[in-house]
Amino acid sequence: MAENKISMRYIEPHGHMVSRTTDDYQAMALAGCKAICEPAFWAGFDRKSADGFYDYFCQLTQHEPKRAAKYCIPHYAWLCINPKESEDMGLAKEVMAMIPEFLKAPTVLGIGEIGLNKNTRNELKIFEAHVDLAVQHNQLILVHTPHLEDKRKGTQLIMDALKANGKVQPSRVIIDHVEEHTMAAVLDQGYWAGITLYPESKASPQRAVDMIETISAQRVWLNSACDWGHSDPLSVPKAALEMRRRGHSSAAIDRLVFGNPVEFLSQCPKFISPEA
Amino acid sequence: MEARARLLDLAAFLDRLERARGVDDHRVRGLRAALPLLLEKDAARVAKILNLWSDPTTEPIEKGDSKAASGVWPKIK
Ligand SMILES: [Zn+2]
Repeated sequence: MAENKISMRYIEPHGHMVSRTTDDYQAMALAGCKAICEPAFWAGFDRKSADGFYDYFCQLTQHEPKRAAKYCIPHYAWLCINPKESEDMGLAKEVMAMIPEFLKAPTVLGIGEIGLNKNTRNELKIFEAHVDLAVQHNQLILVHTPHLEDKRKGTQLIMDALKANGKVQPSRVIIDHVEEHTMAAVLDQGYWAGITLYPESKASPQRAVDMIETISAQRVWLNSACDWGHSDPLSVPKAALEMRRRGHSSAAIDRLVFGNPVEFLSQCPKFISPEA
Repeated sequence: MEARARLLDLAAFLDRLERARGVDDHRVRGLRAALPLLLEKDAARVAKILNLWSDPTTEPIEKGDSKAASGVWPKIK
């Protein structure tokens, strides 16, 4: 009978919950969400000073976990200055100087989502500085790859920079927002790959399941990256439903949407497996 | 049915572009260049189209002109 059970558990490993409503938290809890991880990202507008980031980091590490707890969902965070605001290197360095203090928070899992946006020299320098910071503090790394036509080039620049650092263990890095033209290269180099289910600009649940079937279901997680834009906080359970429709077993679905993220995130001792 | 509806939407979009007689746009060039790839007989159409639309250069740029990407590399032929 286990094969027919509808109830499901999953992890949302990449959701920008500060932009979402309590209705979203409730819907995610009802859909079986057992933990949410929130990477620091762009607010949709540029913050004017490092103080804006200080407040944001407080929100991510103090306020948002309390909001999630009301729906019985553990909330974790990743910290950085995102690539869209890294062009101003003075600001970026000021923000990065605050990060070590926040890394002590019990729910911070690592450095992210760092990466590239338009593949500029300054973005790349700040990316490299974040990788150094992660190595120094023995942190996991969550990488944002650029959008659309900039993704393939940016993914390659990111992998080159990670390799050039010399001290990064690929198994402790997840490269997110992979698509059909970048996923195999990311996995081949030993990194984890994140497939983002985001309307229009990234993968649909159907395409995500195609990638799982044709490229790999190992070292992969699915996420919604739900944020302040047009996005869907329930896209991970929707992809799970698509797998079920295609005849994948409950065990394979559970492995992908629960087991895989738990395996990656458990490399950080602060992540408490919901099974425990 | 879903693919049928999407194909008709795409056809309607191309008809609309025709009626609008706008200026040459790299996004439209990219869309037209991708259409023949749909008819190729292998199973990597999505990757081929994404690669076609990708920036083929390999060096970081000095400065971005905007924060947003358009979906197709602007210098596509
Ligand atoms: Zn994100």
